[in-house]
Amino acid sequence: MTESYREGVLVKPYERLDQEQIRWLDEASLRVLDDPGIWCYNERAAKLFKTHGARVWEEESASPCWRVSLPAGLIREAVSRAPSRFVLGARKRENRLLLDADVPRVYFGSGSEANIWLEADMEEFVSVSDGNKKKVRVPRFTEMRGTTALLSRAARLCDKLEHLDFFIRPLNIQDPAITPENHDVNKFFASLNNTTKHVQAGLTTLESLGSVVRMAELIAGGPEALRENPIISFIACVFKSPLQVVDDTAEKVFAIVEEGLPLVISSSPQGGSSAPIQEAGMVAQINAEILAGIALVQLIKEGAPVLYGSVPVRARLDDLHDLYGCPEFNQYNMDCVQLARFYKIPCYSTAGVGDAKVPGMQAVFEKLLTHLYMAMSGAQYIHYALGLLDRTNSFCPLQAVLDNEQIGKIKHCLREPKMAPPVLEEMLKMVKKVMASPYRLFTRHVRKALHAGDVSSPYRFETKGMEDRVLEKALDYLAELEAMPSAHLEQAMVEQIFQEAPGLLPEFGWPARQG
Amino acid sequence: MQEKEILERIAFNVIQGRVEAEDEGFDGGLEGQEGATELVGEALAQGVDPKSIVLDGLTKAMEVVGEKFEKEEYLIPDMLASAECVGAAMDILSPHLVQAGVESKGKFVIATVAGDLHDIGKNIVAIMLKGAGYEVIDLGNDVPTDRIAETVRENKAPFLGLSALLTTTMRVMGEVVGRLEKEGLRDEVTVLIGGAPTSQQFAHEIGADVYCKDAFQAIDALKAMASNA
Repeated sequence: MTESYREGVLVKPYERLDQEQIRWLDEASLRVLDDPGIWCYNERAAKLFKTHGARVWEEESASPCWRVSLPAGLIREAVSRAPSRFVLGARKRENRLLLDADVPRVYFGSGSEANIWLEADMEEFVSVSDGNKKKVRVPRFTEMRGTTALLSRAARLCDKLEHLDFFIRPLNIQDPAITPENHDVNKFFASLNNTTKHVQAGLTTLESLGSVVRMAELIAGGPEALRENPIISFIACVFKSPLQVVDDTAEKVFAIVEEGLPLVISSSPQGGSSAPIQEAGMVAQINAEILAGIALVQLIKEGAPVLYGSVPVRARLDDLHDLYGCPEFNQYNMDCVQLARFYKIPCYSTAGVGDAKVPGMQAVFEKLLTHLYMAMSGAQYIHYALGLLDRTNSFCPLQAVLDNEQIGKIKHCLREPKMAPPVLEEMLKMVKKVMASPYRLFTRHVRKALHAGDVSSPYRFETKGMEDRVLEKALDYLAELEAMPSAHLEQAMVEQIFQEAPGLLPEFGWPARQG
Repeated sequence: MQEKEILERIAFNVIQGRVEAEDEGFDGGLEGQEGATELVGEALAQGVDPKSIVLDGLTKAMEVVGEKFEKEEYLIPDMLASAECVGAAMDILSPHLVQAGVESKGKFVIATVAGDLHDIGKNIVAIMLKGAGYEVIDLGNDVPTDRIAETVRENKAPFLGLSALLTTTMRVMGEVVGRLEKEGLRDEVTVLIGGAPTSQQFAHEIGADVYCKDAFQAIDALKAMASNA
């Protein structure tokens, strides 16, 4: 049987660093892991590292902490066991992702766990100029707290956005009935019930892992079917920068790996506070953190599928918040993509975030700057890419629609060139033919390229007049998408999930009513 | 092949924009099948009335193409491909139509004015006009004013189309209109103008009859004039 996966876009990677610089960074990271080493707040992880040859000693600290000095050989050996190629599954098999460290096929998806849902609509105002009254339409924004209903809506929308390849819950669910204990089952259910694409999230509590996995097994068709088609995967930020292993996240890493499901080892140091702001220092440190995390995964279970998760950011110097839409962000992130390729591990990377609070010119600038460069870098799995505003604090469906369009154009732009002798022969024949025709126009011959999907459409939300109506048009398109039917789970499946994965909110019992 | 079938196939191929067998057509995958020109040749060989070919094969098909363009189902390349089919078919049919005493919709002289080498828009208009049944006399680009006036006079052309892309050459259109007036030809010819820097107001200023935003407006204007005549 021929397997099908989402197409993504296969790019020719732009490489910022040369091979010698990559080797220097690799060596620098290994030196960091040796000295000063890492501060490990999880006993099990510290012991596991020790068993495999690390020097481990207890640190004086308010919480139990072990200093771990990791020899280069241990890290190299463990990291080399990580698979270069694996599949992230999906409810619809054609939505699966094939991640291959040797193949720079780029997928874009959502991300973060924003507290705010930013609703947008157009409001009419009267403009008075020289005594003449004219009605104008202006976008207005309303902030709403994230809920399971809104997360479901986000998942439904993202399922319909053609250029979004995977779904990371972009919204934190804060319904009054949501507790730490039922947070995970509800967020995974809201996602899985509303999208047929790959679903990824962090785990709020270790205790709910069993229920989440059972839910996924039911949907995938059983325990084996889930491991063959892992419709869910997890994000574990096991390192708190600089160089500290978080106790409860480390426990989650053990549990997820033992469950045989894929995960991301993600680190997000901030250049200028929790890491050097200088590119060399930032990248050496984040690479050290990710390598140690991946080594831990491989020591738990050799060959466990893991993504190299790099989310390096820079500090703003006026308030020390994260600054995403800036050149240094791209530099840090592109270097990490090259390092992941060097270690032959698929890369979870970052783009599409900025400081803009609402959709508009600033958001376009910040997003395009990072979307384009990070796609060019050839990262396999780019998260945060759709719908985020105000750094990672808001999810805006209108922005998701705008980002989808932007990413579509970037994917088109970076497609492999169709440049081969038979194609050129055909083109030369066309030139001869047209030059022999009375008007020497190539327009008629556009159609073959159109049929092959090689000719892009104009910007979907363009305005031809003397006003910018992009947001208004994008809102209309959003309404069109949201009116389309959604691919919910069957009612019988929902009932079974209710029985076997306790903690779901009662309103989830009737997906047919959710529209 | 029956007459009805061959006319339907001609119409189908015009709608598909297939001039000849090697064209793939709007729907794609039609390469190798006879295109509009081959089918017109076959129809003539079978003794089909050239007038029927024009009316039932070409004109009806172009109406369908126009509707598809209106509905945004077709883009300009599709429309042009169909118009090229009709133009190529008309080249084959012209001698037969003359023999049968059938006249074209009229002679249409078209040119890009002196000093201007831009002819893409003008060429599109010419293809569309030919596809619509006009006898197009295309003088090319950078055409001296004298030559334009002389061609209108020699051919007793009822229509003249002028094109310019540059703000520096658009004023030459006014000179052409002036020359037509000077030579006593102005009342005999309808002057249509077009090109990026031109406008309705500019047409009015230089004394042209019709401003055309694009090829489709030119066809519509001519249709309107024909129905008012």
